Amino acid sequence: MTQTLDASGRIQAVTVLELGPCAVSQIKTRPIDGYDAIQITWGRKKHSRTSSAELGHFKKAEVAAGIATREFQPRGDVQLKLGQIIRVHEVFAAGDLVDVTGISKGRGFAGVIKRHHFGGFPNSRGTHEYFRHGGSIGNRSFPGRVRKGLRMAGQMGNERVTILNQKILEVLPDENLVLVAGAVPGANHGIVVVRHAVKQQRELELAVNG
Amino acid sequence: MNDVIRKLEERSLRKDIPQFRVGDSLRLQVRVVEGEKERIQPFEGIVIKINRGGNRATFTVRKVSYGIGVERIFPLHSPRLEKIQVLSRGKVRRARLYYLRKLSGKAARVETVG
Repeated sequence: MTQTLDASGRIQAVTVLELGPCAVSQIKTRPIDGYDAIQITWGRKKHSRTSSAELGHFKKAEVAAGIATREFQPRGDVQLKLGQIIRVHEVFAAGDLVDVTGISKGRGFAGVIKRHHFGGFPNSRGTHEYFRHGGSIGNRSFPGRVRKGLRMAGQMGNERVTILNQKILEVLPDENLVLVAGAVPGANHGIVVVRHAVKQQRELELAVNG
Repeated sequence: MNDVIRKLEERSLRKDIPQFRVGDSLRLQVRVVEGEKERIQPFEGIVIKINRGGNRATFTVRKVSYGIGVERIFPLHSPRLEKIQVLSRGKVRRARLYYLRKLSGKAARVETVG
């Protein structure tokens, strides 16, 4: 992440994403696969790390084996050919709203204070070995069980997270870069999936009505 | 730092900023937007902190206005800074002059050099 300064001196926190170029590695169609989708691949995987199954799959489309391969639902009636290279500026423009999906940073097995922002217990006045506990988790013989969904300690992070409706501020086609307002899930150099915002339309309508 | 990000930040760096250090006295011409109108407001004081880092760099200027200490943090590369004028060079032994906050009157001065 970094920030941008506009002509009036306004500061905006941005995330720099490298998007594409991606190659179309498979086109799924309803008769063969049961649904329509475009499979694209990004980056280049070392030959020694590519399985023979992957090699055969990418050879069909005559594209280099990629590091990340993802499926997308085509928007409208875009005609894509197998093996075609897709660049950022062909898909996104400044001002577009996008959804960014990534794997969030893992925090391991986290306690309730870190994971659910519990308040903990006083550091003095008789607290004995009970500083970062969650407190009571239920009643007595009625109901005699712990409620479903009660917030407790457990794995935090390292899960798939999607941030909806993030704004693209700038597209730099030569460098394959996109500047997105705000933060995106995951660590630096992590892999993210960017798609056009799915809920954008509804929000626009709401804005008109409201 | 990441080369890609460094290159992006270089686009918004200003090249017309004079060299100044912590302890120097500055006179700033700050562009202020009031409703529709824009005017220039001077701000004069001692630099007590410089926070470096590409286009995210900031500096803090402290002055005492009618007996009240005032500190303003400016982005170093902000286009709202019309002009930065160095009034005097200070001789200080610290990177952060937070100790000035506890001092008043003659004690709150910084020795000048040159």
